Order: sequence, then structure tokens, then C-alpha cells
Amino acid sequence: MHPAFSVIFLTTLLGIGQGFFLALVTAQAYIAVNLVPVNQPDRFYAIGTLISLAFLGAGLFASFFHLGRPERAWRTVTQWRTSWLSREVIALPAFMSFVALYGATHYFQLDFTLIQITETASLSLTLALGLVGAFLCFTLFICTGMIYACIKFLQEWATPLTVINFTLLGSASGFSVASVYAALQAPELINLFAGWAITLTAFAALTRLLSLYRNARLKPKSTVKSAIGVRHSKIRQMAQGAMGGSYNTREYFHGQSLNVVQLVKWMFLLLVFVAPLILLSTAIIIKLSLLFMLAAGLQYLGLLAERWFFFAQANHPQNIYYQRA
Amino acid sequence: MTQLALVIDLNVCVGCSACVTSCKEWNTSGEAGPMTDYNAYSRDPTGTFFNRVQTFEIGEFPNTQTVHFPKSCLHCEDPPCVPVCPTGASYKREEDGIVLVDYDKCVGCKYCSWACPYGAREIDENQRVMKKCTLCVDRIYDTSLPEARRKPSCALACPTGARLFGDVHDESSEVSNAIRDEGGYQLMPEWGTNPANHYLPRRKQRVQIQEEDLKRIDNPLKDENFTKPGADDATLEDSSWI
Repeated sequence: MHPAFSVIFLTTLLGIGQGFFLALVTAQAYIAVNLVPVNQPDRFYAIGTLISLAFLGAGLFASFFHLGRPERAWRTVTQWRTSWLSREVIALPAFMSFVALYGATHYFQLDFTLIQITETASLSLTLALGLVGAFLCFTLFICTGMIYACIKFLQEWATPLTVINFTLLGSASGFSVASVYAALQAPELINLFAGWAITLTAFAALTRLLSLYRNARLKPKSTVKSAIGVRHSKIRQMAQGAMGGSYNTREYFHGQSLNVVQLVKWMFLLLVFVAPLILLSTAIIIKLSLLFMLAAGLQYLGLLAERWFFFAQANHPQNIYYQRA
Repeated sequence: MTQLALVIDLNVCVGCSACVTSCKEWNTSGEAGPMTDYNAYSRDPTGTFFNRVQTFEIGEFPNTQTVHFPKSCLHCEDPPCVPVCPTGASYKREEDGIVLVDYDKCVGCKYCSWACPYGAREIDENQRVMKKCTLCVDRIYDTSLPEARRKPSCALACPTGARLFGDVHDESSEVSNAIRDEGGYQLMPEWGTNPANHYLPRRKQRVQIQEEDLKRIDNPLKDENFTKPGADDATLEDSSWI
């Protein structure tokens, strides 16, 4: 497939926004059950929510560049019964509104205890909103991943690993950015955020390598034999019906050499996994906020490469009809 | 239930592309149009087409066969492009099984084209919506046309009659007979899309010659080795040697 930058920015920015929000709720949940000793002021959550919304909004903004007719975007909520894309379009604003609600209740300090669990641990209104938001966050991850995983003949995508990778990579990058926020605003949360960022990045490395392993061994189900229905092992295309290329040649081919694709693969493995793991581990020890920034920045650059590779690697069966001009 | 479809005879197609040009001409001036071309007379010409003829070479020189392969939307009975559409612009008609796009609802997200294993859909770069073969839905029901002309324009244009049009669910239709008798098949059956359009394979016509075809065992003259009667012998008419 031809990687579209609108979709690359959409999926990576949403991932950070979602992961960042998960980090905020995680912090509040840890504090609520006294796993982290220091309480955070409401301002910390309110500003954090704004940062999360900024990433989500940027992703939403990028998505419009993928549409030929953005003024009709409202129609995309109608087919949620069958279309994962439609479900994502519903899940995103639903999630964003709970993120906003979470931030607003913190900002206006509209908080009260809903359930007193033990003498020191309690479930407050804001945390409850945050947990609903976290649930919607995972719903959104599933919808985004399933958009790609549900197309069965794009064999590189048609695996649960696609959804798992979107979830883990998004969460990991969100926690990495949250580590920067903690380093600047709440040093007592550095270990929590960076610790989760390292854990999630390590798990994401595992599942992403697994999908690379799987995809390298895929056998295409469609062949030129089944594509044109001629039973012969030697079939050569002589003409594709258009001399100057067509939508079929532009949309489904990435147009880069194998070397470039391989380079991008090694680049994203280095930038998404290796570099952040080393930088975050070092940063936790020496508590240098610059290192957190570097880790989050490099990881995001790597994620752009990862998403590019994700699209480029998918080999659409229609390409069989467009082997030679 | 009706399922309109094309049956394309690869044995007959000569790759002249008359179907391509007539498809483009009809649809660019019909309700699917305009199908704008870019750089039509310069480098890298491109444009929206619903139907193209591709060519494949089968085998290795000198034992090769050239197959011309017209390619358009197959109007799948289980179309994977329809359920993925977020706006409902992409739909399959209940009454005749034609897969269509409502150009006024399409948001141009291209997701349906990703979900078609055949690459049958094309974005219109000018109108920025997805388009595809309509089986000339705007002429096959047009009662102002003579009945024989109520066919997709590609089928009408084909000079060799390689494109049959009809209801593949009607067991006695011309297309059903052709599929059944001539070995009609579907493209990429492995994805379970169940395309309505079928292709008829290349067929070699062979004459089976038996011994009895060469030697006339049913010769009314019975004896092949008769000698010509002499001038004085009885003539054929009055002889009894038969």
C-alpha cells in the first residue's frame, strides 16, 4: 500500500493522546490506592488533559486530509453496524468528550468521593470519569486497529497482532511523552510514567517483532493464476490497460526500493524500541528531563517510520494485475 | 433474486479495447460523469476508467498464448467493499445485485478501494469521490431505448461478442448457460467474494478423428474396392453388382 501521511499522522498522534490520557488516569489511580505517596494538584490533571486533547485534536485534524470530501465527514458515523471506520469515528469523539470531562471536573474541582473502598483508598468522581475514559480509550485502540485487521486479503494486517501493536505502541509513546510532562511538572511521578513507558515499549517490541516474523513468512493466497484464472506457472503481464499509471498503481504501491523499505524497518526498530529503552532507563537514574524529551521525540519519529513501514509492507492482491506496464 | 452480471469470453476477446472506450464515453457523459482525464496528451496520462483490457502472455516462447483480459468491477455477491463504507455511500442493490456508489454521500476516504481484492474501484481525482462500474445502470432500464440496446455499453461495443450480459441467477439465461456449458469461472475464489461476473476460459477446438471417419464403413456403395465396369459391361444404372 502507498503510505498516506494523513493516516500516518492520524494514527500516531491519536496513539500519543490516548497513551498520555492513560498515564494521567494511571497516576490518579495509583495515588487513590496510595501506591504513590504524593498527591497531585488538580491543575496537573487539567493541564495534562489539555496536552492529551491537543494530540487527539491534531490527529483528528490530520484525518481530514485523508478525505476527498471532508464536508461530508458527519455521514461517517452512520454505518457503525458494519464498518470499523465508522466505529472509530464514533469512538474518537466519545473518548475525547470524556477526556474533556475528566479535565473539566479537575479544573473546576468538582470532585467528591463516590465509594470509600478502605479507610485511605477511595473512588472519586474524577477517577471514575477517568476509568470510563480509559475504557473508551481501549475501545478506540481496537477500532483503529480493526480498520486494518479486518481486511482479510491484506494478509500482513489481518492478524490480532495489528490491534495489539496499535494499542501497545500508542500507549508506550503516550507514557513516554507523559514522562516528559512528569519530569517538568511532577518529579515524583517520573518513576511511575517512565517505568510504564519502558514496560510498554518492551512489550510493544516483542509483539512488533512477532508481527515482523509472521509477515516475513506469509505466503500470498492469491497468485496470478487465481487472479486471471489461467492454470500455468509462467504468466507474464504484457499490458495493464493504462500506459501512464492509474489509481491502481498510485494507491497500492509504495514506489520505493526494497533497500529503502529495509532501511525504514531498521530505523524504526532502533528509534521506537532500542533508543527509548536506553534513554528512559538512563533518564530515570540521572533524572535529566532533556533525556526524557529526547526519548519521546525519537520514539515519535520512529513511530512515523513504523507506520510508514506498516503500510508499505502490506501487499494488496490487486497488485497482481499491475506487475508491468 | 436477480443478479445482473457480465460473462467475458477470453476465447473470443481480441483485446481491441472497444469496450474501454465505449465505457468511458457512455459513463463520462452519463450520471457517473464526468470522468476527468489529466495529461491526456502529454507525459503520464491518467484518468478514471471503469473498465480496462489487460494483456498476459502465457507460457514461454515459442509456446506462448496471448490472453486479453478485460477487467472491471465483478459485482460480487458478497462484496467486501460494501460493509466497510463508513457513510453507506457504497451499496449493493437488492433488486438486481449491482454494486453502486452514491456519489453524493461518498466522503472519498478510499477505504472501500482498499477492501476490494481486485482493484476495481477508482477515485475520481476531480470530484474526489470513489467511482466504479455501474453495469450501465443508467441505460439498461431506459425504456426510451430499443430493447436490444438496453445493455451495458461495453457489451454493445464488443465487435466479437466476447461480453455477455444477463441474470446469472436465472438458470436458463444466456449467461448461465454459458457459465455452465463453457466452463465459466470466478476470479480469486479464495477470498469468498463470490463475484457475479464470470470469465469463460480459452478453449482449443480439437477435431477427434477416428479410424471410421477416414474409412467409410457406412459407404452406401458397400464395397470400396469395386473395379470400374468395362465398356461392354452393364452400366451402373442397370447393374445389380451393388
